[in-house]
Parts: sequence; structure tokens; C-alpha cells
Amino acid sequence: MSLLAVLNQRQSVGYQATLLGGFTLLAAALLVIGDLSTRDTIALRKAEDLKASLSQVLPPALHDNDLLVDPLTLPGADGEPVLVYRALRGLEVTGVAYRMSGPGYSGTIELILGVDPQGRVLGARVLSHSETPGLGDKIEIAKDDWILAFDGRSLGNPPPERWAVKKDGGDFDQFSGATITPRAVVGVLRRGLEFFQRHQVALTAPATVSVASDPVRSPE
Amino acid sequence: MSREPNTANKTAWGRLTVDGLWSNNVVLAQSLALCPLLAVTGTATNGLGMGLATTAVMIASGILIALIRGWVTPEVRIPIFVLVIAVLVTLVDLGMNAWLHDLHKMLGLFIPLIVTNCAILGRAESFASRNSVLPAAFDGLMMGIGFTLVLMLLGAVREIIGSGTLFANASLLLGEGMSFLEVTLIPDYRGFLLAILPPGGFIALGFILAGKRLIDTRLAAARQRRDATAGTNALA
Repeated sequence: MSLLAVLNQRQSVGYQATLLGGFTLLAAALLVIGDLSTRDTIALRKAEDLKASLSQVLPPALHDNDLLVDPLTLPGADGEPVLVYRALRGLEVTGVAYRMSGPGYSGTIELILGVDPQGRVLGARVLSHSETPGLGDKIEIAKDDWILAFDGRSLGNPPPERWAVKKDGGDFDQFSGATITPRAVVGVLRRGLEFFQRHQVALTAPATVSVASDPVRSPE
Repeated sequence: MSREPNTANKTAWGRLTVDGLWSNNVVLAQSLALCPLLAVTGTATNGLGMGLATTAVMIASGILIALIRGWVTPEVRIPIFVLVIAVLVTLVDLGMNAWLHDLHKMLGLFIPLIVTNCAILGRAESFASRNSVLPAAFDGLMMGIGFTLVLMLLGAVREIIGSGTLFANASLLLGEGMSFLEVTLIPDYRGFLLAILPPGGFIALGFILAGKRLIDTRLAAARQRRDATAGTNALA
């Protein structure tokens, strides 16, 4: 084939389409291989992350089970299912932990909340947020111990109407220069405790052997 | 964006180095990649991490594109380059998430941003697609290092002014051995929020660009003087 013919062939629509299609197929194949070879490891790492954040709000002394095994699924206030991880000693529930989120000053604030069977906060931690650095990010335990003020609190302590920042007549400090962020966190935690109150019976019911052998099961 | 002449037989390694680090620097000269630049340079550590990840992708994309440049026709080159870069970044993202998980937690947000880094496509288009594998990889390395240096400089300036520290959390990125890099320069500093927020990034970047222009002007003036003296000497 002469050089001219090759050049003409390279200009043709067929060559271009085959080239694009070929590269796309190759790219898709590479991504499939990449996904398959990392999927299990990533799932493992994510589970470790989850365990690490759970252990911050459910003290290891409280339980002898694997926190990730047989979580409960309960409907939240907005109808979305909430996954609840239980701390068990034997079959007795010694604490539960679940994620709660709400809108902050800029974007969603996601928290994990640990509650004991009497409805008292065992611990709360911010998992992710996009609040203003230097002002709103004091809700992180790494930046400030503000979030520890919730430990031991419940819906009766302080009473529900005082579950607010001081500026709104509540019991919890705001930050100088940032009120919206702490207000959002207090609101999320109050809703978290209300969720607990609504489902207290299901949440604190002793685990049964059958539940323990069933990986994910809702109580209904 | 300037187009490099094809250095077919002889590769000017020195020129590639100077281009990447200074005279054709991704940020300072080409004004590319400003979005990831301003987004991640709140601290020097973040800048360094983003710079290293970008450098890795630049080298890999340079190699791949130089390898396939023989088959790719000019008409479809852009979608194919974009595809190659996107696949690379996704694989890097997946791999880091699986095997360098702690690093990924720090940089996780920034890695998908690399796809949007037009500097990579820019180098693919203007250099890698016209050169062989080794120069393309070297160009990617130098451009990447140049980008990393600017990211780190901008991050350091913003971090010092904004929070009074330098290389905070560097040990998370580089391992415990590098924790000596973490310095609190101004103890009990109350912080200067503007420097950390995006406007502070724009302002600091403006000063850095101005600084580069100033140095370039000085250098050019000095060269002119030298040439002039050389000329007089020759005449005399």
C-alpha cells in the first residue's frame, strides 16, 4: 500500500471511529480490572474506618461483640432507613451508635452518635463537614473539645427546649464568630436523641441468637 | 500555551528542566491548573500532596500518550487524551484508596480534581504527543515538580499567614519520620481567616505571579547590560 493510501485511510471516518471505540473499550477493560482488584481491599479499609469512628462513641469496655455484625435498620424521621450498630455484652445491649446528618453553614454536617440504653449520649463525633476553617471547624475533636460537652446529656438533661446554643436560650456554647455551625450540630444531636426515644424498645431489646446469626435484619 | 518545537533527534534535557521549573511553569507562565491550585493550598502539606499526585499522573500520561501518538489522528486526539488521563486518575484513586488508605483520606478529595487539571491535557497536547517516551516522561516530571513547588509555596504562605503553622499534618502524608517538618511559627496565633479562604489564595497567587515577573524583568535587564558591555568590549 502506498503512503498516500495509508494517509487516506487514516483520514477516513471508519478509522477514527474504530480508534475511539477501541480506546474506549480498552479504558473500560482497565477500569473493570482496577475496580475488581481493589474492591475487596477498599471495602476492608472502609470497614476499618467505620470501626475506628464507632469506637470513639462506643467505648471498647462496653462491648464484647464485633460492632459491624448484625446492625439494625430502623426508619428515621425523614423515612430514610438508619443503620444502627449495637454494642453488646453477651446479648445485652450496652449502647447503640448511628449516623445523623443535617445542613450546616456550608454543606452537610455528618455526625456519629453513641447512646447508652437509658438515652444518654456516650459520645458524638463529626465525621465530615465543610464548615469555615478556623471558625466552624471547632466542632471537630481534633480542633476543639467542644463536642465533648454533649457526653452524658440526654433529652431530659437539659430539657428539650434548652437543647440549643446559648444565643437561642439553650445550654450549649456557640463559637465567637460562628453560631450557625454549632446550632446545626446541636439540632442534629437533638434529632438523634429523638430518634433513639422513638425506637428505644427496638434499640435496647436484647439481641437474640437468631439475629446474631443473621447479618442484616430489620426488627419488623 | 506555547508550542514546543519537535526536538526530534537531540533532547534538550536542560531546557526541559528550566522550562518546567521556571520559564514555562504550569502556573507561573502558562496560568493553567488554577482551580486545583486555589482549592487545595490552604496548607503546605496539602499543596505538596496534590503536587506529588499530579506529578505522578503527568509522568504516566506523558509516557502513555507518547506511546500511542503514532496511532492517534489529530481529529480524535483530544477525546483520546482525556480518556487516557481520566482512566489513569481513576486507577490512581482506586489504588491509593486500597493500598495507601491513610494518604488517600488526606488527599481523597483532590485526586478526582486532577482530571480537571488542564495542565495535564495541555502537556499531553503540546509536548507528549510530539515527542518520544523518555522526553515526554521527563517533561511530565519537570512540569510536575514545577507545579508542586508553586503549590507548596502558595500553601506555605497561606498557612503561615492564615494559621501560623507550617506543614501541619505532614506526618500523615509523609510518615512519622517527617514530623519534624511540622512547625508552629507563631504560637497562640488567632488565625487570619482571609488567607485560608479562596480570596486569600487569589491574593497570594497575585503576589507570587508579580514576583516572578519582577525577577524575570531583573534578569532580562541584567542580560541586556551584559550584552551591551560585551558589545562595547568587542568594539574596543
